[in-house]
Amino acid sequence: MAGESGKIDPMYQFKIEPLAQLNLAGYDVSFTNSSLFMVLVLGALWVFMAGGMKREMVPGRWQMAVEGITGFINNMLTANVGPEGKKYVPLVFSLFMFILMANFMGMMPFGIVPGVHPFTITSHLTVTAVLALFSFGTVLVVGFWRHGLHFFSLFVPQGTPLALMWLIPVIELFSFMIRPFSLALRLFVAMTAGHILMKVLAGFVINGLNAEAAWVPLIVSFPAFVLMIGITLLELLVCAIQAYVFALLTSLYINDAVNLH
Amino acid sequence: MPQIAQILETYASQFFWLMIVFGLVYFTIGHGMLPKVEATMDARNRKIADDLAAAELARAEADDLGDSGEAGLAAARAAAQAKASDAKAKGAKDAEARLAKADAEISVKLAAAEAALSAATAKAMASIETVAADAAADIVAKVSGAKVTPAQAAKAVKAVMSNG
Repeated sequence: MAGESGKIDPMYQFKIEPLAQLNLAGYDVSFTNSSLFMVLVLGALWVFMAGGMKREMVPGRWQMAVEGITGFINNMLTANVGPEGKKYVPLVFSLFMFILMANFMGMMPFGIVPGVHPFTITSHLTVTAVLALFSFGTVLVVGFWRHGLHFFSLFVPQGTPLALMWLIPVIELFSFMIRPFSLALRLFVAMTAGHILMKVLAGFVINGLNAEAAWVPLIVSFPAFVLMIGITLLELLVCAIQAYVFALLTSLYINDAVNLH
Repeated sequence: MPQIAQILETYASQFFWLMIVFGLVYFTIGHGMLPKVEATMDARNRKIADDLAAAELARAEADDLGDSGEAGLAAARAAAQAKASDAKAKGAKDAEARLAKADAEISVKLAAAEAALSAATAKAMASIETVAADAAADIVAKVSGAKVTPAQAAKAVKAVMSNG
């Protein structure tokens, strides 16, 4: 966390460091700290799901939690897409839970162990872009597979005046094509900004405590610490909201692909 | 910003591991575990719905039973009432018949008694006439010394008695 000579670099937390070198067909696919956290997320998700698999008629707390989230995603797709939305529950559930777990994993206080720092995989554009492409790719595949070339009527909303035919489809196409970028950037920016803010505030706390003047901790560190608590709680909320937004937008886009307009 | 500064060195590794991990998430969790959780939820919802339907059926049955029970009760009450009024009517008729019979017996007895009475009265009247005629003949003989035949005495008595 702390760089050389006591400086705190709020960007250091996003740095990818290889843990094990690996080369595949000329590509550098090293196992990095980012890969490690992906695997950790997978493990945490698996444990969470496995805990809810007792399949009891009267569920316990853990099973209730798993079923609550499952029902939540289920309802989201049924409400937005209709009965056909059930088919896309595995995808949206995987996206939602993976993003949620990744966001929370980045908030874990692993930093109390010296030399370890949590890594937020969703704060990387490469990761969010791939997730957004999964969402967007599903929409394209489902749309063309179900409707063929008729899928292009998505760009012509019902009741478009003939006089505006040259403009509306262009705007619609643009807004359609920008979806993966907005999906990827929204998550990436939200996580990055939140973590930078937390790191900067933490730097205030630590540097203030290290300052020589006795008034600095009271004036700088204490308010920064109080603010830090609030920001951390807010950031936990953002973690959940960003995962929800990603899942909700994906289900809305799938609705476009399944039902057109 | 390492995300952008490192993008060329790390994109292959990021894609590679994300594909593996998200593929595992999608196939083992999304398609492996999720359907089982959903199946459990569906089974529970179906059971709850079935139980509710069974309870509704049982309630309807109980309602039916209650209705028929009430109807039976009403019928039984009506039957009992009919029987009671029948018995009352029969009793009244019996009493009337017995009363009539008793009346008849009494009137027969009364008539007999009246007949006996009038016979006795007539007999007494006859004997009174005889006694009065004898007494009249005796009185005449004692007072006037004249001999009166019983026939004359009886004639005189009859004449007096018929006068009053």
